[in-house]
Amino acid sequence: MKAVFPMPLHSALLLLVWLLLNGFSAGQLVLGLFLGWLIPLITAPYTDHQSRAGKPLLIGRYILRLLWDILVSNIEVARRVLGRNRKLNPGFIAYPLALTGDFPLTVLASTISLTPGTVSVDFSEDKRWLYIHALHIDSEDAIISDIRQRYEQPLREIFSC
Amino acid sequence: MDDVINIAVALLLLTGGFFIFVGSVGLMKLPDFFTRLHAPTKATTLGIGSVLMASMLLTSLRDGGLSIHELVISLFLFITAPVSAYMMAKAALHKKVEPLQRTRQRELSSRITRRQPPE
Amino acid sequence: MLSSVILDSAIMVTAGLVLLALLMNVWRMLKGPSVADRILALDTLYINSIALIILLGLYNGSPLYFEGALLIAMLGFVSTAALSKYLLRGDIIE
Repeated sequence: MKAVFPMPLHSALLLLVWLLLNGFSAGQLVLGLFLGWLIPLITAPYTDHQSRAGKPLLIGRYILRLLWDILVSNIEVARRVLGRNRKLNPGFIAYPLALTGDFPLTVLASTISLTPGTVSVDFSEDKRWLYIHALHIDSEDAIISDIRQRYEQPLREIFSC
Repeated sequence: MDDVINIAVALLLLTGGFFIFVGSVGLMKLPDFFTRLHAPTKATTLGIGSVLMASMLLTSLRDGGLSIHELVISLFLFITAPVSAYMMAKAALHKKVEPLQRTRQRELSSRITRRQPPE
Repeated sequence: MLSSVILDSAIMVTAGLVLLALLMNVWRMLKGPSVADRILALDTLYINSIALIILLGLYNGSPLYFEGALLIAMLGFVSTAALSKYLLRGDIIE
């Protein structure tokens, strides 16, 4: 099983995207299955298997919360953008990370970039600090604790690390 | 039923258009590169998201059945937007683009370029 | 059929907003001031043009435009990545 489907989740995702793009029919299903089998077979040696995401319920809740936050903070940021430049307080923030592992860190950084108002700029070499640029800072501690509670804590549960 | 969907699609389109517009206003008027970096993330997430959702709803109505392949574009943009923001920020820091004078913790930018932890 | 009139004018208004957005992006791309700003403007430009193409597809009621939008999304991301990489290293493929 492991030798034929080295990454079963990836295979399923590839099949799904293939069917979404080409419409559902028996021929496309066969072709999608074939590609879903072939591509992971070629790419499997290049991925790292450090972290596994578990707990689909938590993942679902995380995605829903992320979508909701995007909606809310978009409105907030739109108001700031349309307001006067002088009132903006942009700044860099060094965020101390408790999360470990390359894939969870990537997810966290992407989440921070996707929610408007904050963009993740870079990690420090030792991966214990994440640098963030914020469009407007009222209180640095509020932003840090917000990220910790809303995103980092759930991610640590999802990846159990 | 058609009326409801038509109105919903119209509302979604207008929301999307508004946020795309605001994102580009931000790109034009914000004072330095790092604040402007916030514009495209806004345009992609909510702007394109709702335009694509509108398109999904409307094509489902027109052709009957469910049309969800716009979802692929949204998904792709959601995955790539943070990556390109990260790469552009890194390139700007490397090119020593100056952050705004009143940026808080402005001195961090040289440490970020060298990927050092803060003091 | 009032609702379809509303829908058509909504498409028009949204297309107008996106058009203005594209013009502002082009302005930023021409003005700079740094190269990074121009790349950022190009990135926003391609994302907004996806919206314009989808709108065109809605207006004409043709599903063909979707493929174009997908192509622009993919090529746009790759070009942004390549341009940033070029600024970073002075080289694209190491």
